[in-house]
Amino acid sequence: MTDATTPTGDLTSIPALLAHNAQTFANRPAYREKEFGIWQSWTWAEAAEEIDAIAMGFLALGLEPGDKLAVVGRNRPALYWSIAAAQKCGAIPVALYQDANAEEMAFVMEHCGARFVVCGDQEQVDKVIDVQETVHGIDQIIYVDKRGLRKYDHTHMNALQDVQAEGRAAHFRLEPILREREAVLDYDSTCVMLYTSGTTGKPKGVVLSNRNIIETAKNSADFDHLTEKEEVLAYLPLAWVGDFIFSMGQAMWAGFCVNCPEGEHTMMTDLREIGPTYYFAPPRVFETQLTDVMIRMEDAGRFKKRLFDHYMAIARKVGPDLLDGKPVSAGDKLRYRLGELFIYGPLKNTLGFSNVRVGYTAGEAIGPEIFDFYRSLGINLKQLYGQTEASVFITQQPDNEVRADTVGVPSPGVEIRIDESGEVYYRSPGVFVEYYKNAESTASTKDPEGWVATGDAGFIEESSGHLRIIDRAKDVGKMADGAMFAPKYVENKLKFYPNILEAVVIGAGRDRCCAMVNIDLSAVASWAERNNVSYASYQELAGHPLVLNMIQEHVEEVNASVTQDEMLAGCQIHRFLVLHKQLDADDGELTRTQKVRRAVIAEKFSDLVEALYSDAESIYTETEVTYEDGRKGQITATLSLRDAKVFDRAHQVAAE
Amino acid sequence: MFDDQESFTTPDGRTIGGVMMEMKNITLRFGGVVAIKDISFDIREGEIRAIIGPNGAGKSSMLNVISGFYNPQEGEVWFHGEKRAPMKPYEVAQQGIARTFQNIALFEGMSVLDNIMTGRLGFMKSGLLSQALWWGKAEREEVKNREAVEKIIDFLEIQNIRKTPVGRLPYGLKKRVELGRALAAEPKLLLLDEPMAGMNVEEKEDMSRFILDVNDEYSTTIALIEHDMGVVMDLSDRVVVMDYGKKIGDGTPDEVRNNQAVIDAYLGVAHD
Repeated sequence: MTDATTPTGDLTSIPALLAHNAQTFANRPAYREKEFGIWQSWTWAEAAEEIDAIAMGFLALGLEPGDKLAVVGRNRPALYWSIAAAQKCGAIPVALYQDANAEEMAFVMEHCGARFVVCGDQEQVDKVIDVQETVHGIDQIIYVDKRGLRKYDHTHMNALQDVQAEGRAAHFRLEPILREREAVLDYDSTCVMLYTSGTTGKPKGVVLSNRNIIETAKNSADFDHLTEKEEVLAYLPLAWVGDFIFSMGQAMWAGFCVNCPEGEHTMMTDLREIGPTYYFAPPRVFETQLTDVMIRMEDAGRFKKRLFDHYMAIARKVGPDLLDGKPVSAGDKLRYRLGELFIYGPLKNTLGFSNVRVGYTAGEAIGPEIFDFYRSLGINLKQLYGQTEASVFITQQPDNEVRADTVGVPSPGVEIRIDESGEVYYRSPGVFVEYYKNAESTASTKDPEGWVATGDAGFIEESSGHLRIIDRAKDVGKMADGAMFAPKYVENKLKFYPNILEAVVIGAGRDRCCAMVNIDLSAVASWAERNNVSYASYQELAGHPLVLNMIQEHVEEVNASVTQDEMLAGCQIHRFLVLHKQLDADDGELTRTQKVRRAVIAEKFSDLVEALYSDAESIYTETEVTYEDGRKGQITATLSLRDAKVFDRAHQVAAE
Repeated sequence: MFDDQESFTTPDGRTIGGVMMEMKNITLRFGGVVAIKDISFDIREGEIRAIIGPNGAGKSSMLNVISGFYNPQEGEVWFHGEKRAPMKPYEVAQQGIARTFQNIALFEGMSVLDNIMTGRLGFMKSGLLSQALWWGKAEREEVKNREAVEKIIDFLEIQNIRKTPVGRLPYGLKKRVELGRALAAEPKLLLLDEPMAGMNVEEKEDMSRFILDVNDEYSTTIALIEHDMGVVMDLSDRVVVMDYGKKIGDGTPDEVRNNQAVIDAYLGVAHD
C-alpha cells in the first residue's frame, strides 16, 4: 500500500530537498532565465537564499500555515521560488493557468480560498483585481514585473522584490519562525494543489502531498537515470502537473537546472540556445515543428531538397533500429553516419534537440509518422501516460521498447488493472490525497484501497506487457446498430495529417458517423501559396473548394484505414464539414490543455450537427466568438457539407 | 484645469509640469502656399498632447516645426524657456527630441536590434579608431548601449524578433520598432506622426498601451498626430485642432469634442 513507502532520510518536503541541494550542489546552476537578451543564472545556493528571502517576506505580510497562495504567470524562476517559499511558510501553493480568463480564475480563487496571489505581470494583476469584485478573501497581491503597476493602489499590493527586501531586512526576527514552520513539514503535508483542466465540467482541485510528488520524482528520475547534469526548458503552463513534476519535483530531487525562456514567442530560439537534455512536449509541439520543417523544405532549393529526402529515407529505414540497439548492416550504418553529418545533425541543432537524451510526449496520441520522424533522427522520444491525479506517471516506455501505438509499461511503483468494462485503474505512491472540498468526487474516483479510475478505456498487450489506450471511457459508446463507437480513435487518425489541426467525430447513438474538421492554418496556408490559391481570411481558406477536396481525400483515406479494424469499421465518416473558426479554449470548446470538450461543441454547433445528418448541401450558421480581452462577437458563415466515400466492411456492405 | 499654475496632478495620478515648449504665432509658407497660419500653443512637461485635423490641415508641417526640421517664416519657438534658433538634426536630438514617421523610415536590411541601436548614436562618444579596433572605451560603450536597447526591446515586447531583419516584419511591428528607435535616444519630448495609421483594432490597442506606458515609465512628454478620434480622445490630455493651417480648437478632449468649429471641420460645412 502507498502509506508503507518509507521516506528517504529527512528529505520529506520540497524545502528539505532545496536545503539538501544548496549543500550538495551549491555551485551548480539551479535556475536560468533569459532576460534583456542574456541568460541570467542562479546556483542552488543562490536560489535557496532568494527563496528564503521571499518566504520571510511572505511571513512579514502575514502568510499563515494552511493559507492558499495562488501563483499565476509565465514560467519564471521568481514564480517557482514563490511556490517553494509558500511551502516553507507552511502555506499551500495553487498554480493557475496564465491564459485563464477572469471568470475561470474567479472560480478557482473562490474554490481554493486564496489569500495571497503572486502574479507575473500587470495583465495578471488586472485579472485578479477583476476577480476581487466577486471573490472576497484575496488579501495580498504580489507581482514580479513592475511595469505599468506604479500607479495602482498598493494598500494590499507589493512588488515581489520589495517583499524580498523586507524579508531580508527582518531576517533576525523572521528566520527562527521560518525554520519552525519548515520543521513541521512532513511527508504527508500538502505539497501543491493543481486544478484539472476539466474536459467534462468544472475544474477540480487535486491535492498532492509531499509523498506523492517526491516518491514520483524519485521513481521517474531513477527510471530515466536523471542526474544533476540535466537541462530542462520550463515552458509548459505552471498550472499543469507535468511542469510541476519536471521543473519542481524532479529538478529538486535530481538537482538539475530549470531554464525559463524569455517569453512565449522566443521559446524556439531559447530551446536552441539551451539544448535541453531532458525534454517534454505535447504532440502538438512536435507536430508544429515537423510541419515547419516540411514547409521550409518545400521552399528549399532542388539540391537541398533531394539531399534531405535521400537521407531522411535512410533515417526512416535504420534510425529507429539504431536507437533501439538492434543490428544494422555496416553499409547502412555508414550511410546513417553521413546523414548525421549532412542532415540530421544540423536539423537537430536547428530544432534544439542536439543534446536530448530523454524526450517525452504525452497528453494526446501522437501520429506514428511524426513519432518515427523524430526517432529516426536519433532523438530518444518516448511516450508516457499519466494524469494529475497520479502526479503524472502511470505508464511510460523504457528505452529500447518504444512504439507509437502504446503508452508503455507501468512506471516504477505503479500497479495497473483493467476492469470488466475496459477502464484502466491504477494504484501508486503518486495517487492524489483528495479533490479539495469535493469528497463526493474523491470517493467516486478513488476507492478505499487506493485504486483510481483513469476514465480511459484500454487494454494490456499480451506480447509486450504495454498498455494501449483506446479512448476516454465516457466517449466510447455504441452506434444505433450496436457497433462500437470510439471517436478519439478516428479523430487521431485525422489529426495525423498536417493539414488537419483538430477533428470532432460525432456518432454515438446514430446510424452513421460524421465529422467536423479544423484546418491547420500554417500548413494549409503554405499549401495554398504553392498552389496559387488566394484567400483573405481563415474562414475563406477553410471554405475553399480545393481545401475541401483535399480534406475529403484525407477523410477517405482514414475511412479506408478504419476498415482495417473490424471492431471499429462502423466509425467511418460518412459526411463532414470544415469549421469556419478554430476551436478555442477562450470559447470553451477546448480545455486550457487543448483537449476537445465534446459536450460544449455538440451543444454550440448543434445546428451543424443536425445539418450533417440531413440531406442539405450547405448550412448558414452564426457563431459567438470570444476575443482574448474577453469581448464577444459574432461570425457568420455558410458551410458546405461533403459526403465522403465509405468502404465495405469485412463482412457487411456499407450503407452507400 | 489647464491654467497657468505650474504643475498639477491629473485624475489618473500623473503629474503634469510647467510649459516645456511654446509655439508663438507660427506661420509657415511654401512659396505661395500657407501651410500654417499664425498658430500658438504650448506643450507641458509630462503631458500627452495631440494634434488633430482633417487631411491637409498642416499637422505634419506643425510636427516638423516642433522638431526643428522646418523653420517658420514668422513666429518663435520657445523650448525650456529659451527662444530656439534654427538647428541641425543632431542638435535637435541633443536637445532631447525624437520622432517617428508617418511612413516608416527604418533600415530595412538591418535587424531590429541594429535599428534600435542607431537611436543610441548620440550616446557613442568613442573615436573612430577605438570603434574600429573594438578596444577600451568603444567596447564598454557598446555594452552599455546594448543594455539600454535590450531594456527597450523588453519594454516593447519584441524579444522574439530581436535578430529579424526589419524588412521581413509586418507593418504593425515595424511601427513598434520605430517607436523603439525613438525611445533609444532617451527623449524628453517624443513626436509621433500617426503612430496608428493603417493598424487594426488590436494593433491600435497595443500601440496605445505602449504610448501610455512610455509616458508613465519614462516620464516622456509626447506630442502626437492621429486620425483615429477614439484613440486621441482616450490617450491625450490636451488636443490642438487644425483646419486649413489654422488653429480652430485647443483644450481637453471633452472641450474639443463639444467645440462647434471642430464639429464643423470634421462633419464638413461649406467654406466661404
